[in-house]
Amino acid sequence: MSAPMPFWRAAGMTYITYSNICANLVRNCLKEPHKAEALNREKVHFAISTWKDGKAEKPVIRSDLAED
Amino acid sequence: MFRHAAKLLRRPVPTTSPAASAVSRRPFSSDLPAAETADPAFVEAWKKLIPNIDPPKTPLSFMQPRPATPASIPTKLTVNFVLPYASELSAKEVDMVIVPATTGQLGVLPGHVPTIAELRPGLMSVHDGNDVTKYFVSSGFAFIHANSFADIIAVEAVPIDRIDANLVQKGLAEFTQKVNSASTDLEKAEAQIGVDVHSALNSALTG
Repeated sequence: MSAPMPFWRAAGMTYITYSNICANLVRNCLKEPHKAEALNREKVHFAISTWKDGKAEKPVIRSDLAED
Repeated sequence: MFRHAAKLLRRPVPTTSPAASAVSRRPFSSDLPAAETADPAFVEAWKKLIPNIDPPKTPLSFMQPRPATPASIPTKLTVNFVLPYASELSAKEVDMVIVPATTGQLGVLPGHVPTIAELRPGLMSVHDGNDVTKYFVSSGFAFIHANSFADIIAVEAVPIDRIDANLVQKGLAEFTQKVNSASTDLEKAEAQIGVDVHSALNSALTG
Protein backbone atom coordinates (compact mmCIF):
# COMPACT_ATOMS: atom_id res chain seq x y z
CA MET A 1 0.00 0.00 0.00
CA SER A 2 1.99 2.98 -1.20
CA ALA A 3 -0.30 5.64 -2.59
CA PRO A 4 1.55 8.47 -4.34
CA MET A 5 2.40 11.16 -1.82
CA PRO A 6 0.78 14.53 -2.51
CA PHE A 7 3.28 17.28 -3.33
CA TRP A 8 2.43 19.26 -0.17
CA ARG A 9 3.09 16.19 2.00
CA ALA A 10 6.46 15.71 0.30
CA ALA A 11 7.29 19.33 1.17
CA GLY A 12 6.71 18.57 4.88
CA MET A 13 3.21 20.04 5.30
CA THR A 14 0.56 18.31 7.37
CA TYR A 15 -3.01 17.85 6.18
CA ILE A 16 -4.19 20.52 8.65
CA THR A 17 -1.73 23.04 7.23
CA TYR A 18 -2.72 22.17 3.69
CA SER A 19 -6.47 22.39 4.30
CA ASN A 20 -6.13 25.66 6.23
CA ILE A 21 -4.13 27.23 3.40
CA CYS A 22 -6.80 26.08 0.92
CA ALA A 23 -9.59 27.48 3.09
CA ASN A 24 -7.80 30.81 3.52
CA LEU A 25 -7.28 31.21 -0.22
CA VAL A 26 -10.96 30.54 -0.83
CA ARG A 27 -11.95 33.09 1.85
CA ASN A 28 -9.74 35.72 0.21
CA CYS A 29 -11.58 35.31 -3.09
CA LEU A 30 -15.05 36.10 -1.76
CA LYS A 31 -17.17 39.12 -2.61
CA GLU A 32 -17.10 41.90 -0.06
CA PRO A 33 -19.72 41.49 2.67
CA HIS A 34 -19.04 37.75 2.81
CA LYS A 35 -15.26 38.14 2.71
CA ALA A 36 -15.07 40.39 5.79
CA GLU A 37 -17.48 38.08 7.61
CA ALA A 38 -15.48 34.94 6.75
CA LEU A 39 -12.15 36.51 7.72
CA ASN A 40 -13.57 37.86 11.00
CA ARG A 41 -14.81 34.41 11.91
CA GLU A 42 -11.28 33.05 11.72
CA LYS A 43 -9.75 35.60 14.10
CA VAL A 44 -8.31 34.30 17.36
CA HIS A 45 -7.57 36.00 20.67
CA PHE A 46 -5.89 34.25 23.56
CA ALA A 47 -3.35 34.66 26.34
CA ILE A 48 -0.60 32.10 26.76
CA SER A 49 1.77 31.80 29.70
CA THR A 50 4.45 29.21 30.36
CA TRP A 51 4.89 27.69 33.82
CA LYS A 52 8.29 27.59 35.51
CA ASP A 53 9.03 26.21 38.99
CA GLY A 54 5.32 25.97 39.78
CA LYS A 55 4.62 29.61 38.90
CA ALA A 56 3.05 31.15 35.83
CA GLU A 57 5.24 33.60 33.95
CA LYS A 58 3.93 36.80 32.42
CA PRO A 59 1.17 35.93 29.94
CA VAL A 60 1.70 36.76 26.27
CA ILE A 61 -1.46 37.90 24.52
CA ARG A 62 -1.81 36.70 20.96
CA SER A 63 -4.50 38.46 19.01
CA ASP A 64 -5.67 39.00 15.43
CA LEU A 65 -8.16 41.65 16.48
CA ALA A 66 -7.78 45.04 14.83
CA GLU A 67 -8.02 47.21 17.97
CA ASP A 68 -5.05 45.56 19.75
CA MET B 1 7.24 -21.60 12.53
CA PHE B 2 4.26 -23.92 12.01
CA ARG B 3 2.74 -23.30 15.43
CA HIS B 4 -0.39 -21.74 13.93
CA ALA B 5 -0.71 -24.11 10.98
CA ALA B 6 -3.25 -26.42 12.67
CA LYS B 7 -5.38 -23.48 13.76
CA LEU B 8 -5.24 -21.86 10.32
CA LEU B 9 -6.27 -25.09 8.61
CA ARG B 10 -9.25 -25.45 10.93
CA ARG B 11 -10.63 -21.94 10.29
CA PRO B 12 -13.82 -21.67 8.22
CA VAL B 13 -13.29 -21.04 4.52
CA PRO B 14 -14.83 -17.68 3.55
CA THR B 15 -17.87 -18.13 1.37
CA THR B 16 -18.00 -16.10 -1.81
CA SER B 17 -21.78 -15.63 -2.06
CA PRO B 18 -22.62 -11.88 -1.95
CA ALA B 19 -25.30 -12.27 0.74
CA ALA B 20 -22.89 -13.97 3.14
CA SER B 21 -20.13 -11.42 2.56
CA ALA B 22 -22.59 -8.55 3.08
CA VAL B 23 -23.56 -9.93 6.47
CA SER B 24 -19.99 -10.44 7.64
CA ARG B 25 -18.82 -7.09 6.24
CA ARG B 26 -17.07 -5.06 8.91
CA PRO B 27 -18.81 -1.66 9.34
CA PHE B 28 -16.92 1.62 9.06
CA SER B 29 -16.03 3.18 12.37
CA SER B 30 -17.87 6.25 11.07
CA ASP B 31 -21.13 4.31 10.69
CA LEU B 32 -23.73 5.08 13.33
CA PRO B 33 -25.68 2.26 14.99
CA ALA B 34 -29.22 1.56 13.85
CA ALA B 35 -30.68 1.38 17.36
CA GLU B 36 -30.06 2.82 20.82
CA THR B 37 -26.77 1.58 22.20
CA ALA B 38 -27.34 1.63 25.97
CA ASP B 39 -26.12 -1.53 27.67
CA PRO B 40 -29.27 -2.98 29.37
CA ALA B 41 -27.28 -4.90 32.01
CA PHE B 42 -25.45 -1.72 33.01
CA VAL B 43 -28.64 0.36 33.10
CA GLU B 44 -30.34 -2.24 35.29
CA ALA B 45 -27.39 -2.40 37.69
CA TRP B 46 -27.31 1.41 37.86
CA LYS B 47 -31.06 1.63 38.58
CA LYS B 48 -30.67 -0.89 41.41
CA LEU B 49 -27.80 1.03 42.99
CA ILE B 50 -28.80 4.67 42.33
CA PRO B 51 -32.52 4.75 41.61
CA ASN B 52 -32.87 8.55 41.87
CA ILE B 53 -30.28 9.47 39.21
CA ASP B 54 -30.48 8.67 35.50
CA PRO B 55 -27.65 6.54 34.11
CA PRO B 56 -24.88 8.62 32.49
CA LYS B 57 -25.07 9.34 28.79
CA THR B 58 -22.23 8.66 26.41
CA PRO B 59 -21.55 10.79 23.33
CA LEU B 60 -23.03 8.02 21.21
CA SER B 61 -26.38 8.25 22.99
CA PHE B 62 -26.69 11.91 21.96
CA MET B 63 -26.36 11.02 18.27
CA GLN B 64 -29.49 10.17 16.39
CA PRO B 65 -29.56 6.52 15.36
CA ARG B 66 -29.67 5.88 11.65
CA PRO B 67 -31.72 3.27 9.80
CA ALA B 68 -30.09 -0.03 8.95
CA THR B 69 -29.15 -0.68 5.35
CA PRO B 70 -32.48 -1.35 3.59
CA ALA B 71 -32.92 -4.35 1.29
CA SER B 72 -34.07 -2.20 -1.63
CA ILE B 73 -32.34 1.00 -2.70
CA PRO B 74 -34.17 4.10 -1.37
CA THR B 75 -35.20 6.82 -3.82
CA LYS B 76 -33.44 9.64 -1.98
CA LEU B 77 -29.97 10.24 -0.61
CA THR B 78 -29.75 11.79 2.87
CA VAL B 79 -26.98 14.37 3.02
CA ASN B 80 -25.31 16.06 5.99
CA PHE B 81 -22.99 18.86 4.90
CA VAL B 82 -21.08 20.36 7.80
CA LEU B 83 -18.61 23.25 8.14
CA PRO B 84 -16.70 24.13 11.32
CA TYR B 85 -18.97 27.15 11.90
CA ALA B 86 -22.25 26.06 10.32
CA SER B 87 -24.40 23.14 9.30
CA GLU B 88 -25.17 23.82 5.66
CA LEU B 89 -27.37 20.79 5.01
CA SER B 90 -28.78 18.75 7.85
CA ALA B 91 -30.27 15.37 6.95
CA LYS B 92 -31.54 16.80 3.68
CA GLU B 93 -33.04 14.32 1.24
CA VAL B 94 -31.75 14.89 -2.28
CA ASP B 95 -31.46 12.97 -5.55
CA MET B 96 -27.73 13.23 -6.08
CA VAL B 97 -24.60 15.03 -4.93
CA ILE B 98 -21.43 15.40 -6.96
CA VAL B 99 -18.35 15.90 -4.78
CA PRO B 100 -14.84 16.81 -5.97
CA ALA B 101 -12.77 13.85 -4.76
CA THR B 102 -9.00 13.72 -5.26
CA THR B 103 -9.61 10.91 -7.75
CA GLY B 104 -12.05 12.99 -9.82
CA GLN B 105 -15.64 14.20 -9.59
CA LEU B 106 -17.60 11.61 -7.61
CA GLY B 107 -21.32 11.37 -8.27
CA VAL B 108 -23.22 9.92 -5.30
CA LEU B 109 -26.67 8.45 -5.88
CA PRO B 110 -28.82 6.48 -3.39
CA GLY B 111 -27.40 2.98 -2.94
CA HIS B 112 -23.80 4.04 -3.54
CA VAL B 113 -21.17 1.62 -2.21
CA PRO B 114 -19.75 2.74 1.14
CA THR B 115 -16.70 4.91 0.54
CA ILE B 116 -14.53 7.51 2.22
CA ALA B 117 -13.24 10.09 -0.22
CA GLU B 118 -10.77 12.93 0.33
CA LEU B 119 -11.96 16.13 -1.30
CA ARG B 120 -9.87 18.54 -3.32
CA PRO B 121 -10.68 22.20 -3.95
CA GLY B 122 -13.54 22.15 -6.42
CA LEU B 123 -17.20 22.39 -7.21
CA MET B 124 -19.75 20.40 -5.23
CA SER B 125 -23.30 20.29 -6.57
CA VAL B 126 -26.44 19.09 -4.82
CA HIS B 127 -29.20 17.96 -7.17
CA ASP B 128 -32.77 17.80 -5.92
CA GLY B 129 -35.34 17.50 -8.67
CA ASN B 130 -34.65 20.46 -10.95
CA ASP B 131 -32.88 22.43 -8.20
CA VAL B 132 -29.11 22.41 -8.38
CA THR B 133 -27.20 24.08 -5.53
CA LYS B 134 -23.53 24.65 -6.23
CA TYR B 135 -20.89 25.13 -3.54
CA PHE B 136 -17.16 25.61 -3.78
CA VAL B 137 -15.41 23.45 -1.15
CA SER B 138 -11.78 24.09 -0.18
CA SER B 139 -10.92 20.61 1.11
CA GLY B 140 -12.38 17.97 3.37
CA PHE B 141 -13.78 14.48 3.38
CA ALA B 142 -16.94 12.73 2.23
CA PHE B 143 -18.19 9.64 4.05
CA ILE B 144 -20.71 7.62 2.07
CA HIS B 145 -22.52 4.98 4.11
CA ALA B 146 -24.22 1.82 2.89
CA ASN B 147 -27.67 3.03 4.04
CA SER B 148 -27.67 5.93 1.49
CA PHE B 149 -26.48 8.49 4.02
CA ALA B 150 -23.64 10.81 3.03
CA ASP B 151 -21.68 12.94 5.49
CA ILE B 152 -19.64 15.67 3.85
CA ILE B 153 -17.29 17.81 5.91
CA ALA B 154 -15.29 20.76 4.62
CA VAL B 155 -13.09 23.45 6.15
CA GLU B 156 -14.59 26.20 4.02
CA ALA B 157 -17.44 26.04 1.55
CA VAL B 158 -19.32 28.89 -0.09
CA PRO B 159 -22.17 29.13 -2.57
CA ILE B 160 -20.61 29.67 -5.98
CA ASP B 161 -22.21 33.13 -6.52
CA ARG B 162 -20.25 34.61 -3.60
CA ILE B 163 -16.90 34.25 -5.37
CA ASP B 164 -15.35 37.33 -6.93
CA ALA B 165 -13.99 36.51 -10.42
CA ASN B 166 -11.55 39.46 -10.43
CA LEU B 167 -9.89 38.36 -7.18
CA VAL B 168 -9.59 34.83 -8.57
CA GLN B 169 -7.79 36.08 -11.70
CA LYS B 170 -5.50 38.28 -9.60
CA GLY B 171 -4.67 35.39 -7.23
CA LEU B 172 -4.02 32.99 -10.10
CA ALA B 173 -1.55 35.41 -11.71
CA GLU B 174 0.15 36.10 -8.38
CA PHE B 175 0.63 32.44 -7.46
CA THR B 176 1.72 31.39 -10.97
CA GLN B 177 4.50 33.94 -10.64
CA LYS B 178 5.31 32.73 -7.10
CA VAL B 179 5.78 29.13 -8.30
CA ASN B 180 8.61 30.27 -10.53
CA SER B 181 10.25 32.53 -7.93
CA ALA B 182 9.96 30.15 -4.94
CA SER B 183 13.31 29.06 -3.51
CA THR B 184 12.52 26.39 -0.87
CA ASP B 185 10.40 23.26 -1.23
CA LEU B 186 7.86 24.57 1.29
CA GLU B 187 7.41 27.90 -0.53
CA LYS B 188 7.08 26.08 -3.80
CA ALA B 189 4.40 23.78 -2.36
CA GLU B 190 2.51 26.76 -0.92
CA ALA B 191 2.59 28.51 -4.29
CA GLN B 192 1.49 25.29 -6.00
CA ILE B 193 -1.50 25.02 -3.62
CA GLY B 194 -2.33 28.62 -4.52
CA VAL B 195 -2.27 27.79 -8.23
CA ASP B 196 -4.41 24.67 -7.69
CA VAL B 197 -7.04 26.46 -5.59
CA HIS B 198 -7.30 29.43 -7.94
CA SER B 199 -7.46 27.24 -11.06
CA ALA B 200 -10.24 25.24 -9.39
CA LEU B 201 -12.07 28.49 -8.51
CA ASN B 202 -11.59 29.72 -12.05
CA SER B 203 -12.92 26.55 -13.67
CA ALA B 204 -15.83 26.48 -11.20
CA LEU B 205 -16.79 30.01 -12.25
CA THR B 206 -16.36 29.52 -16.00
CA GLY B 207 -17.46 25.88 -16.27
